[in-house]
Amino acid sequence: MYSTLRLTAAAKPELPATLIPSSRRAFLKASGAIAGTLVIGFYLPFRSAAAADLKDPPAPNAFVKIAPDSTVTVIIKHLDMGQGVTTGLTTIVAEELDADWAQMRSEFAPADAKLYNNLFFGPVQGTGGSTAVANSWMQLRNAGAAAREMLVTAAAAAWNLPAGEITVKKGVISHASGKTGNFGDFAAKAATLPVPQQVTLKDPKTFTLIGQPHLPRIDSIDKTTGKAIYALDVRRPNMKTAVLLHPPRFGGVPGKVDDAAARKIPGVLDVVTVPQGVAVIAEHTWAALQGRDALKVTWDDSKAEMRSSAEMVEAYKAMAAKPGAVAVKKGDVDQALSGAAKTVEADFVFPYLAHAPMEPLNCIIEKQADGSVECWAGSQFQTVEQMTVAQVFGIKPEQVTIHTVWAGGSFGRRATPNADYLGEAAAIVKATGGKYPVHLVYSREDDIRGGRYRPMFYHKLRGGLDKDGNLVAWEQRLVGQSFMIGSPFEKVMVKDGVDATAVEGAADMPYAVPAIQVDWHHATSPITTLWWRSVGHTHTAQAVEVMMDDLAHEAGKDPVEFRLALLKDHPRHVGVLKLAAEKAGWSGDKMPTGRGRGVAVHESFNSYVAMIAEVTAKGGEVKVDRVVAAVDCGIAVNPDVIKAQVEGGIGYALGAALRDQITLTKGVVDQANFDTYEPLRLSDMPAIEVHIVESSEAPTGIGEPGVPPLAPAVSNAIFNATGKRLRSLPFDLQSLQGA
Amino acid sequence: MIQLSINGQSHDLDVPAEMPLLWAIRDVVGLTGTKFGCGQALCGACTVHLDGEPTRSCQTQVGDAAGKKITTIEGVSGDVAKAVQTAWQKLDVVQCGYCQSGQIMSAIGLLSGNKAPTDADIESAMDGNVCRCATYVRIRAAIHEAAKSLA
Repeated sequence: MYSTLRLTAAAKPELPATLIPSSRRAFLKASGAIAGTLVIGFYLPFRSAAAADLKDPPAPNAFVKIAPDSTVTVIIKHLDMGQGVTTGLTTIVAEELDADWAQMRSEFAPADAKLYNNLFFGPVQGTGGSTAVANSWMQLRNAGAAAREMLVTAAAAAWNLPAGEITVKKGVISHASGKTGNFGDFAAKAATLPVPQQVTLKDPKTFTLIGQPHLPRIDSIDKTTGKAIYALDVRRPNMKTAVLLHPPRFGGVPGKVDDAAARKIPGVLDVVTVPQGVAVIAEHTWAALQGRDALKVTWDDSKAEMRSSAEMVEAYKAMAAKPGAVAVKKGDVDQALSGAAKTVEADFVFPYLAHAPMEPLNCIIEKQADGSVECWAGSQFQTVEQMTVAQVFGIKPEQVTIHTVWAGGSFGRRATPNADYLGEAAAIVKATGGKYPVHLVYSREDDIRGGRYRPMFYHKLRGGLDKDGNLVAWEQRLVGQSFMIGSPFEKVMVKDGVDATAVEGAADMPYAVPAIQVDWHHATSPITTLWWRSVGHTHTAQAVEVMMDDLAHEAGKDPVEFRLALLKDHPRHVGVLKLAAEKAGWSGDKMPTGRGRGVAVHESFNSYVAMIAEVTAKGGEVKVDRVVAAVDCGIAVNPDVIKAQVEGGIGYALGAALRDQITLTKGVVDQANFDTYEPLRLSDMPAIEVHIVESSEAPTGIGEPGVPPLAPAVSNAIFNATGKRLRSLPFDLQSLQGA
Repeated sequence: MIQLSINGQSHDLDVPAEMPLLWAIRDVVGLTGTKFGCGQALCGACTVHLDGEPTRSCQTQVGDAAGKKITTIEGVSGDVAKAVQTAWQKLDVVQCGYCQSGQIMSAIGLLSGNKAPTDADIESAMDGNVCRCATYVRIRAAIHEAAKSLA
């Protein structure tokens, strides 16, 4: 997921004017009543919208539907890949509506950027950058409040009583005279009323659902009974399954294809070559997989990446000898370093990482008789996917319907700037003449070896302390690939030669220092890269927070106190750091032999997270025993979902810190499945406490901010336990033997 | 023809005996609650019960499942299953939910044979079930919760 298509962050990229909504104020419009259902919609004009669009506005997008049986359905414009956004967005509407939680339902919105765009992305419907609740916050509060007011107006008219005397509580509309009714009783009447242009929102102090410690997730029952439908579970009449043989090297293309043996496998229907590889189409997945195994393909590797990981690391290190494109510069860092009483130097290597969501990538594409196309997918970037599929078929994006379904994880993988796997499926459907719907299914091997990785990075840092142990200089040089350069987002995300996603968390590091320089070299390769849960922060937090620990150690200061002294202008960092320290019982980092504790604090996606990790290090083995996290993400809409996201972020980050890496030998990926790319397992999981800072600020992201502080907190704890500094990820645990 | 008994129903399948049970259940019979995660018995997303024993259906051939009682997430029943699903819902274990059919099938298997599992028992029964959302803290807690409700 990408941190950077947001409007409010510290190192904020500036969106071009055409991408910024001219007004966040929603223009409320009422749609007609559909079978007695009240539908509340909004129409959001854009500065970029042509005058014609404004004269002939699109149908209002419905966010709230109230049925005669009083069930309230919230239309979810975002993908739920596990982060709990359906529960979050439904809570916001229910709160302003004064509904009872039991009457709330949800459904995914169709793909239509004019109606369901992410307000932080401009005219793009999509999910990522931990923006779902943040961008929907006012939009859905308004939707809920408008619906409530219309119901009250309808009840007032029916009862011939003043609207001001009518109250709504837990889904019941009532008046002191004893009259009561349900939403369904007034939904049909309310739908005929004009939608209020201005609504009064609740005082957050009166919230009853928002902030409730545990509101049951809306998806728990379907996901514990096998009923939730993911793309892999969608079945269409006459649908066939396709698997695609990708080139073994990035940048390779299919050469000679011998499909004779594949075609003999019972159930195999066709073999087609598409630009992305060779596809086998079959009656079922197993036949398709067998058919693929039987293919004999030669590959043209003339433009492919042929290097091994070790060579690439050496090339990155060589690049780091000279300054790169400057992301931030203040003071004279060379002079400050040469005048420092003590200097600390450190470097860090970060590998490529696969996202490996549990549900392997897959989607269904079905061509209709009228030339239009329907897709079923755990769609994260609906607008981009519509455009990609439309381009393959030579049709208009609005002729592409996308049915968004539950996604079995993503961690960024499903949000690609070129809709990669939908593009592949579309190419297969085109190559087979659209004669049957095609379900393209990735195997786990396709997923692990398929690229779109968190880019490999190299960081080289120098820090300086004066004789009193004060931080006086900070130099950080990064080398790594950009996935923004060459993408449709380049103009927004790359400024003065610096990709904001590469340096976020470093260029805006919060610690007060008189001289700082952060620069970046763009390393290029045909290996495809992408945002991976918390994006640049996956590596910058580790480099910055481990370096800070080194500096605190050199300064002879407590790592918490050292940080606090440098965070005077960052009260929310201070808030989470103090809370984590208090809850963890931090009183210096003295621990019994073999055990250690470490701290880290990091801001990402406008949220602040501090963690204190406790580890036991024995021989070459490290067990993370406990992590205490403190989180400030503004108003906590669903505290239990926030806790779950931080728990999950800790686990996701810990797997990567302990053992995950994608490496290459002569351009071919060494890993293939969960044996060689082994995820964190239950017995690896630490005990976790998550504490949420009380806040009246607007809600900010939580899907990703739990990831960045984990690795440095653990790294610092390992140092505390063993005296050995493990900087690069995954940790070189073998180096701890004898420590 | 191979005859399979799935969730108490008999199905006649015209498939090769070596077809993995996972694909027979999902693509031929059409029950989609059992998930594909790795195809190599490395993640547990495809876990079903064969005569009550948690089994990775991606590495079980249809021929070997014939004559056995196959239970999928759609067909679980009884006190233990109810306790596990209720605990999972009470603690809101799920995030993306994709692995949870397999997690629940493994947890039912554990609690069917061990009414009061220790943390070590839970680790040994559940370490084969991967959750990339890392819902492990809650999986552990939900198994203890289910055990408590069964006691």
